Amino acid sequence: MNKTDVLIIGAGPTGLFCAHQLGIIGLGCEIVDNLDKAGGQCIELYPDKPIYDIPAVPECTGEELTNNLLQQIKPFNVKFHLNERVEELKKVENRWHVKTSGGVGFDVASIVIAGGVGSFEPRKFPVKECEKFEGNSLFYSIKDKSIFKDKTISIFGGGDSALDWAIELSNSSKVNLIHRRDGFSGAEASVQKVKELNEQGKLNLYTKFQMDSVLGDKNIEKVKIKHDEGEIKEIKSDYVLGFFGLIMQLGPILDWGLNIDKKTVQVNTENFETNINGIFAIGDICSYPGKLKLILSGFHEGALAARGCFKYAKPDEKLRFEFTTTSKAAQERLGIKK
Amino acid sequence: MAKITYHTHDNKTHTVDVQKGLTVMEGAVQNDIPGIDADCGGGMACATCHVYVKEEWLDKLPSKEDGEEDMLDMAFEPKNNSRLSCQLIVSDELDGLEVNIPSKQG
Repeated sequence: MNKTDVLIIGAGPTGLFCAHQLGIIGLGCEIVDNLDKAGGQCIELYPDKPIYDIPAVPECTGEELTNNLLQQIKPFNVKFHLNERVEELKKVENRWHVKTSGGVGFDVASIVIAGGVGSFEPRKFPVKECEKFEGNSLFYSIKDKSIFKDKTISIFGGGDSALDWAIELSNSSKVNLIHRRDGFSGAEASVQKVKELNEQGKLNLYTKFQMDSVLGDKNIEKVKIKHDEGEIKEIKSDYVLGFFGLIMQLGPILDWGLNIDKKTVQVNTENFETNINGIFAIGDICSYPGKLKLILSGFHEGALAARGCFKYAKPDEKLRFEFTTTSKAAQERLGIKK
Repeated sequence: MAKITYHTHDNKTHTVDVQKGLTVMEGAVQNDIPGIDADCGGGMACATCHVYVKEEWLDKLPSKEDGEEDMLDMAFEPKNNSRLSCQLIVSDELDGLEVNIPSKQG
């Protein structure tokens, strides 16, 4: 069990800056995120897109913003738990016990939910029967590519993941790449490569086709694909892969008893505490009159929530307001040597 | 104001007045019309405000910007009349627009 003052759920910009604010006032925290890296939507949805409305930063990409925030919290040695999703919440006397999907446990005084619009999960095929094969012959990500050797694989999607895997697997498997239109969103060089492989007969490209159904008993045997104009083709497949990006799901925190409205958690604007004492929500996931879904609002909310956490972590101490320019304590916490 | 009609998956029809300058996505969200998630808030980054536009309106809409079609690849059951409603800005020209909201956004 990891014992600390605060558990932050979500390693997006809001969660990262809240960790900074906790560090400045002398509280410890650990961060859980479902993705394999910090940055949240900034990294997952728009790592290369410039952002123009971070105060005093005229322009930066999602990746730069994330790296700068990580740099800023370095002095506090915050422990990250990536690839973990929070599941269970239990109140034990004055503390909260939280458990993740991977079985990691936390014992904390308070919790800050900075979960954006939820945790990222792969988007799935709309076809119902796909569920039956998920995990044995149908996948949304690849953990062990050796299982595909000498098999027939049908890959759906038109982004980088679909193209990269189609190219890679075409070396040792029979690959069908199926996409809903002629255009692709993946890198141009990969698109050219896929078209070349198709012409050389090393890969079969089907455009303007989408999945119609999957057939098979225990494992997939065939997949039916349907053209825009209605034509249906049946192709033999040992495996089906779908790469449609990620979608955000609120997940188990829906069952924590929080006041939730339209996928957001209601908070007060004094310290961004929810209806449950000791649980705060900041960033895109929180709602209050006038809420703006901007990164800068998340920073403000994180600063106030961090101070709200203080009384739970150190009930016998009084938090004094200080500036980093002059506070010796804050500068020590930041590791500044004079 | 322009009248926008949303047909939801439960076979209900919602016709609402949407202020000019707002998006078709905002018109749905502000009027509590179910089925439009708009997770990213209108940034063309998530494909959860996906709608099917009634055929006769397709030509009258502003054309897709770079990136909208890429995002539609991710949408749930995209069709030829699919659009992201966050990219449809309400104007006098769109008065009477009808869209169908898909059964799911992802």
